[in-house]
Formats: sequence, C-alpha cells, structure tokens
Amino acid sequence: MIKNISNLGDAALYCDFGNEVNKSINSQVIKYFKTIKEKKFEGINNLTPSYNKLIISYDLKKTNFKEVKNYVENINAEDPIDINSKKLEIPVCCHENFSMDIKRLEEILKLSREKILENFLNKEYFCYMTGFIAGMPFLGDLDENMRAQRLETPRVKVPKGSVALTEQFANIYTFESPGGWNILGNTPLDVFDSSKEDKPNLINPGDTVIFKEITLDQYKNYNE
Amino acid sequence: MSSNYLDIIRPGINTTFQDKGRDHLYHIGIPFSGAMDNRNYLIANKLVNNNLDSAVIEFAYQGPHIKYSGEKINCAVTGDVIFSIKKKDTEIEGKCYESYQIENGDEINIISTNKSVYGYLALGGEFDLKYQWNSCSINTKANIGSNDGKKLDVGQRINLKKINSNKDIKKTNYINTKIENIRVIKGTNFDYFSEEGKKIFYEKEFTVSKLSDRMGMRLEGPKIDNIVNTNIKSEGLIKGVIQVPADGNPIIMLSDHGTIGGYPKIGVVASVDYDRLAQMSPGSKIKFKEINLSDAETLFKLYEMETQNLLSQI
Repeated sequence: MIKNISNLGDAALYCDFGNEVNKSINSQVIKYFKTIKEKKFEGINNLTPSYNKLIISYDLKKTNFKEVKNYVENINAEDPIDINSKKLEIPVCCHENFSMDIKRLEEILKLSREKILENFLNKEYFCYMTGFIAGMPFLGDLDENMRAQRLETPRVKVPKGSVALTEQFANIYTFESPGGWNILGNTPLDVFDSSKEDKPNLINPGDTVIFKEITLDQYKNYNE
Repeated sequence: MSSNYLDIIRPGINTTFQDKGRDHLYHIGIPFSGAMDNRNYLIANKLVNNNLDSAVIEFAYQGPHIKYSGEKINCAVTGDVIFSIKKKDTEIEGKCYESYQIENGDEINIISTNKSVYGYLALGGEFDLKYQWNSCSINTKANIGSNDGKKLDVGQRINLKKINSNKDIKKTNYINTKIENIRVIKGTNFDYFSEEGKKIFYEKEFTVSKLSDRMGMRLEGPKIDNIVNTNIKSEGLIKGVIQVPADGNPIIMLSDHGTIGGYPKIGVVASVDYDRLAQMSPGSKIKFKEINLSDAETLFKLYEMETQNLLSQI
C-alpha cells in the first residue's frame, strides 16, 4: 500500500511504498502503476514505477496536485493480469577493455577480479524496473558482499552495452549516456529497439536475467 | 519526389526537429523531449499559421544555414536570434517574431542565439518526418524520433509534405525576459543536506557549466554538503528536478533527462520558470528562490494565461 503521498515539484505526485526494496513492495508499485495507466485519468501523463516508489506526472494545464492526490487515494488498485515474464540469458564480456571500474570495485569490495566475476555471473536477477535511459533494466539482488556505491562524480559518457553495478543492483546501459554506476563489462546485445514501438524493451519488469561470460573474440564476432 | 524542400548547407551545433514531445513513456525510459522553450516553440508555429503542435527546427547557439527550393512559403524565427535571409540580390537582417515569405532559391542563415541557448525556425507547412510514439521530436541519446534520432547534418535534404495556403504575414512584439532567480519547490530529499548546504542552495550563486545539454544542466559553485546519504534508491525523475551527487554540484534535469536517478533531490524547478531556465547559457549565473506548491501553481497559471494571450494576438 502507499505509505505516503507528497509532491515532487508542482507537476508530479511522489508515492512512497516504504523504505525497503523487495519483490513484494515492488509488486504493489506495479499494481498501482498498471491500474492508473489503465484508467486514464484526465491530465495524468507519465508514470514512473521504481523499486518502492511511483511517480505520477500530470499536465498542470489540466489538473493539479490536490485533484490527482485525491484520485490516487481513492482508487482501488487491482492485481495486474499475468505479466508474462521471461527468462533471459545476457552475454557479457568482462575483458579489461570494458571493465572500467574493476580496480575501484576490487578496492571497495575487497575482493579479487576473479571472485567478483564468480559472484556476479551465472546467477538469476529479477528485473524491478526499466528506465533512466530507454530500456535500461534495473536487476537485483546482488550478493551482500558485491554492493558498492555510485561514483562520486558521474561519468559524462558511459559506453553503450556497459553492464554496471550499484548497491544491490545491476543494470545495462542501452545507449551511450552519462552515468555513475560501476562498470564491470559490456554486452554486444541490443537491449532496446525503438523500431518496435509496442515492445521496444528486451527486458521488462518481472523478467529474470542471467549473465553469461563471453570472450573478447566472441564479443567481436557476436553481431556477425 | 517532393517539389518543396530544404537543403542543409551548414547544420549548426545541435539542430533537431522538435514538437510537443512524448508524455507517456517514462516507464520504459523514454523522456519528454520536445521543444526546450515551449513558449517560443508555440509562437513560432503561430507566426506561420501552423497548427500549434507542428514540428519546428530547434537549434542551439549556432543555427543552420539552409537553402529553400519550391513554391512560396512563410518562415519565422523565435528566441533571441541573429539571422539573415538571402534573396536573389539582397541579404536582409532577420527580425525574430516576424514572418517572412521566402521563395525558390532563398537562403536562411541562422548565425547564433544571443545570450541564450535555443531558437526556433518554423516553416508554414508540414515537414515530411517520421513520427515515433506520436512525436517527431529527436532524442539524439536514444536515437528516437525523426531523422533516425540524429541531429541534422550537412548536405541533408528535408522535404515538405504540405505548404499552408494561408500565407498571411504575422508579427508580434514579444521580448524574452531574463529572470534573476529560478524559483524552486523543496525536493523530496531536502533534509539530506546540512544546514549550511541548504543555506548555500538558496543564498549563493551558481554558474551554468559547459557540460550542459538537452539532458541536463550541470552547475558549478559552492559545494552542497550531504549529511545523510549521497545515494538514494533509484526512483523516477521529472523535468526540473535538481539532484546533488556526492561531489556537491547540482545537476538540473532537462527535457531529454534520464527517467530514473539515484542522487538525492534537493529541489524541483517550478514549471513557470522552466522555459527561461532552459535558455540559460554556460557561464550564466543562477540563484534559486524557494516557493511553495500553491504559489507555484498560481504562477504557472498566470504564465500559461500570458502565453495564450500572446498567441491569440498573433
């Protein structure tokens, strides 16, 4: 359930579902997201579900905080219809060309490169949400001893395909973009395809992802 | 083959097609995009008798130099822009907020924006563009929208599908006002910052950094000290959110922003000041002023009324 609703600026509602990040809280968020999206309240436009928050944006020309808050407080969120989750294998190359933050991770985690890769690869991760940049999946949970903070100053350019870590999560940069996560490797796979307007994302909330290591040669030949 | 088209002689620094943008795709990671300065975008369309949601050419700093071929068409430039129109034997200095009729062989040369960032070039008609999710707005980071999601390039030809039959010449006396303070509403992580940090945020001047683009505006100045946690669990962002990463330098989310972020939010720019914020060029000084939600709502209503008034007089 929503624990608290406040305003984020003058054109969005900030719905807080609690401090923890787990599948049960996340599924509550998704439930509200799907219900509100379905109902098409006049003036509500973007909805951004995340681990434990839902941000509801609205057009300030058509409605306002009070109206949208009142609406959200009184809706009956229904269980989502089966989201048809998939299990996906993502190839990742962790060659030094790609693992830009391996040294930093070794220092912060106090683990060797080999141990870091062993802990990360061949495990199942749950997709909590997508976003930041188009199609980027937020995957969890990493083992307790694999959790590092973001970079102090985010990079202006993170290469496309970068597989990166922060706290208990992993993600994939679907495009070159700014970003502050710790980069461990790179996937040759296209995780976002804008030509598929109805289904541009390869990985969607609820899916399970397993990272499989590939060599630099396999990486180079992957799209041939 | 279309008989009415533009040839790009010089593309300019960051020239894209923009319209109202996309307002319903944050959940898959696709931001608003759309014209950075919405008011100037609307005025540009009105000046050439277009529908208000038509595509226009947006440019930043140095704009494009284009050559037009085809039947007579109206054009207009908005913003604070230095440009010229070259006809057969004459070159005239262009004035913003006035429409001009151009004909086969005429050139429009947009030299630069003046102490601002964005300007708009509208043509009285409809460009032949690809729409994705009901918008032609180009998002160069995700390569979404018309022109394969890329900025305009030299030597390109852009076709027009249609030319407006209404060729009335229009004019307005709009002047872009600068504001001293950008008004903000307290962010959801305001209490993550030290008392000193909060004071700095509202009282000190920041400088717009060169590392600013359609995604975000980075600021430099006194550091804002975080006393709780320099990371939060990643969550949604909206246009105008001011995040402060661990280095203490604020970053303001602009129209092509990432939809999710994990740095604490100290404030959110009030909608009323968004257009003017987007126009602040690197090196500009910026100061924040706190306002509450109900004032922000009222101020936006007034701003919107003013916009509608301006449009109705054109």
